Amino acid sequence: MTNSLARPFRLPSPWRAGVILVALVLALPVLTVFGFVFQPAGEVWRHLADTVLKDYVFNSALLLLGVGLGTLFGGVSSAWLCSMCQFPGRRVFEWALLLPMAMPAYIIAYTYTGMLDFAGPVQTGLRDWFGWSYGDYWFPQIRSLGGAIVMLSLVLYPYVYLLARAAFLEQSICVLEVGRTLGAGAWTGFFRIALPLARPAVIAGLSLALMEALADYGTVQYFGVATFTTGIFRTWFGLGDAAAAAQLAALMMSFVFILIVLERWSRRQARYHHTSGRYRHLPRYQLRGWRAVAAFGLCLLPLLFGFLLPAGQLLAWAAQTAERTLDAEFLRLVWNSLGLAGAAALLAVLLGLFMAYGKRLRGSYGVAAAVRVAGMGYAVPGTVIAVGVLIPFAWIDNRIDAWMRASFDISTGLLLSGTLVALLFAYTVRFLAVSLQTVEAGLGKIKPSMDDAARSLGLPPNQVLARIHMPIMRGSLLTALLLVFVDVLKELPATLILRPFNFNTLAVRAFELASDERLAESATAALAIVLVGIIPVILLSRSITRARPGHE
Amino acid sequence: MKTVLFSILLLLMPVFGPFALAAEVNLYSARQEALIKPLLDRFTEQTGIQVNMVSAKDDTLIKRLESEGRNSPADLLLTADAGRLHRARELGVLAPVESTTLEQRIPASYRDPEGHWFGLSLRARPILYARDRVDPEQLSTYADLADPRWKGRICIRSSSNIYNQSLVAARIATHGEAETEAWARGLVGNFARPPQGGDRDQIKAAAAGQCDIAIANTYYLAAMLNDSQESERASAERLAVFWPDQDGSGVHVNVSGIGLTTAARNREQALRLMEFLVSDEAQRWYADTNHEYPVVEGIEPSDTLKAWGPFKPDGINLSELGRYNADALRLMDRVGWR
Repeated sequence: MTNSLARPFRLPSPWRAGVILVALVLALPVLTVFGFVFQPAGEVWRHLADTVLKDYVFNSALLLLGVGLGTLFGGVSSAWLCSMCQFPGRRVFEWALLLPMAMPAYIIAYTYTGMLDFAGPVQTGLRDWFGWSYGDYWFPQIRSLGGAIVMLSLVLYPYVYLLARAAFLEQSICVLEVGRTLGAGAWTGFFRIALPLARPAVIAGLSLALMEALADYGTVQYFGVATFTTGIFRTWFGLGDAAAAAQLAALMMSFVFILIVLERWSRRQARYHHTSGRYRHLPRYQLRGWRAVAAFGLCLLPLLFGFLLPAGQLLAWAAQTAERTLDAEFLRLVWNSLGLAGAAALLAVLLGLFMAYGKRLRGSYGVAAAVRVAGMGYAVPGTVIAVGVLIPFAWIDNRIDAWMRASFDISTGLLLSGTLVALLFAYTVRFLAVSLQTVEAGLGKIKPSMDDAARSLGLPPNQVLARIHMPIMRGSLLTALLLVFVDVLKELPATLILRPFNFNTLAVRAFELASDERLAESATAALAIVLVGIIPVILLSRSITRARPGHE
Repeated sequence: MKTVLFSILLLLMPVFGPFALAAEVNLYSARQEALIKPLLDRFTEQTGIQVNMVSAKDDTLIKRLESEGRNSPADLLLTADAGRLHRARELGVLAPVESTTLEQRIPASYRDPEGHWFGLSLRARPILYARDRVDPEQLSTYADLADPRWKGRICIRSSSNIYNQSLVAARIATHGEAETEAWARGLVGNFARPPQGGDRDQIKAAAAGQCDIAIANTYYLAAMLNDSQESERASAERLAVFWPDQDGSGVHVNVSGIGLTTAARNREQALRLMEFLVSDEAQRWYADTNHEYPVVEGIEPSDTLKAWGPFKPDGINLSELGRYNADALRLMDRVGWR
């Protein structure tokens, strides 16, 4: 597993310059916001440190820990069961476990609150049944830090599941068989061979989940949990202090950065590609009796709570309100959402592929750092990214306008601000990390000797990518497409701020109604997001299974 | 690849669409679409002026206006609270407007003294109490809610919410910071639970018995009373409205309001829209559909609102809410109002 990579070929410099240029452009929004860091904000910091800062740190850290454990357990265990074991229902779980991913976190939070709150049907039912009143009984408080951890874990575990499953499917069975000949049973094979080999993929999925959790605003805000995100908003808009807010954001991102660096350091020189090119059909462990029941239960749990229950509630609400909410305008929302998500997904995956391959070709520190910086956007709350896009775009537009006025007496107005270009750019900045992580994980599993062989036979680097790597990691590419697509479908803050006139999406509609506390009316749009998200989830899940090397 | 390019172009169409029309006005709205669109459609019907709109949160729309500068396409900024309008004014993105219609129809305390913004509908934030557990005789003022006898009986949402920030800002404007801080400390000590959820959630918690008093905007209660869901109506009916401080400074109110941007290019159309929004028809629509109080005097509120009777609103100029917003937030941080 350990070897040092000799890199006999030099990266053509246009490619290298391209990677760095793209990274710089994509880093623009984050850098813009961080530009505020250098403005002095001493007095506000004193206030924050005296009052709320320790809450922010404490709650954010616990949120990360909780969501990390929750997604890791839910994602890895179900991925292993679905790819390596045979039990009743497995073929359905295989794709159904992805469904919660289509559920926006704030929607699931609103839905569960509607059900489990003190005034909701569950507690009211209990009180009526047993004749209790307030204070007579204990019931878990849904709107709390614990509640936020559960909500976020339920919708974020599919990231881990998806990437871990792709890794388990791409693994060569030879390694496991060697393990078996050396006396490793099913459990040992999992813990000592398969899991360590899948580590880059699992970590990639986990860090996506954690970054998303850290950037979440809707859920924590609704639950009244004071985290870094809510703090950034209060400081920026409530206290009117952009500098302190940017410094809070920087502090928050250093959290993520430290985590990533620690993880990379712990891997150091280890490599995770499989050394055997022989693939054959994965023999699954046949589970029977209580083991089969346990596996079934373990897979059902996240699906039930992450999707079936909330979707059922949404469906019930939607049925009540559909005649008011379904109209011609609604179809337009669906079309807008689909178009945006599709375009953004393509863009993000192409750029991710370009950068990840650039890094593979030329692992210089400059390129590696550029790639890292370009992927930072994911951990930043959407609103912060949006403002980071807003400021430079408007600045450039106004500069061009001023110059055109001065030189030709023509006003060009705003060329890019308030267009879908700005919006797509924001999505790319925010979600590049998703495609990048996935593509990198896929690339990392391809032996460097493949590159060497292809190059020595005369293929130029781009041909190696197109004709060798892309077919091999079709599964990872599709995964990346799917992840970005669904993420953009759910994305809210950047869409709200940057969209053009008279342009709405499903997420905007669902959020506006939900935030006005008209939960039942928001259900149709929320359900549509889920439905639109499900179709690609199912299609891609099938291709991922088929994309296993050696399949067919 | 060609089809991809084509679909991207197709997607961009709506961007360039609005510029083709002659009579139009561009609106940045912090009121979400569902709450304002029918009114705008009515305006278009009457005048032939097309209204283009982007809806988002107040703060971010103001940021967008600010960074777009003089080339911003927006003619009007519509927000759901006066504090934000004041901030927009401070940032220099709102232009003064002179209109006798607006000045005559809107009382002075609900508009900017120099005409940078105008209130359109009134939102009151009184005390709501559980009919079966609270004797309204016990209620008097906001200040009284800090008294220890209300310990564990009050529900209110988080201090991140602008309505609470405005409530505290209004108190700072009237009573000064020290007195307000002492009051807020007492109030926080009486909370039945850590602040969470929205205004409707406070109402539901009070109805279910988790607390006896909820502080919430009246249109939420009114909307619940008129909800199609039985459970919402049942919760709301357990609560009644108490108008506090009727012998003193009055009930805390806020407005949704509108201002002309400095970048506005369709000034004339924008002004017509502003004046339309204070017309009898528009004001009645606010009252009937959104259950907000009209700002224009002499317009009847909805039946639900009428049942709660008239009240004396706080008379301070609402630009004060913006002036003291940051102070209010710090104060709430200090007293541990989450």
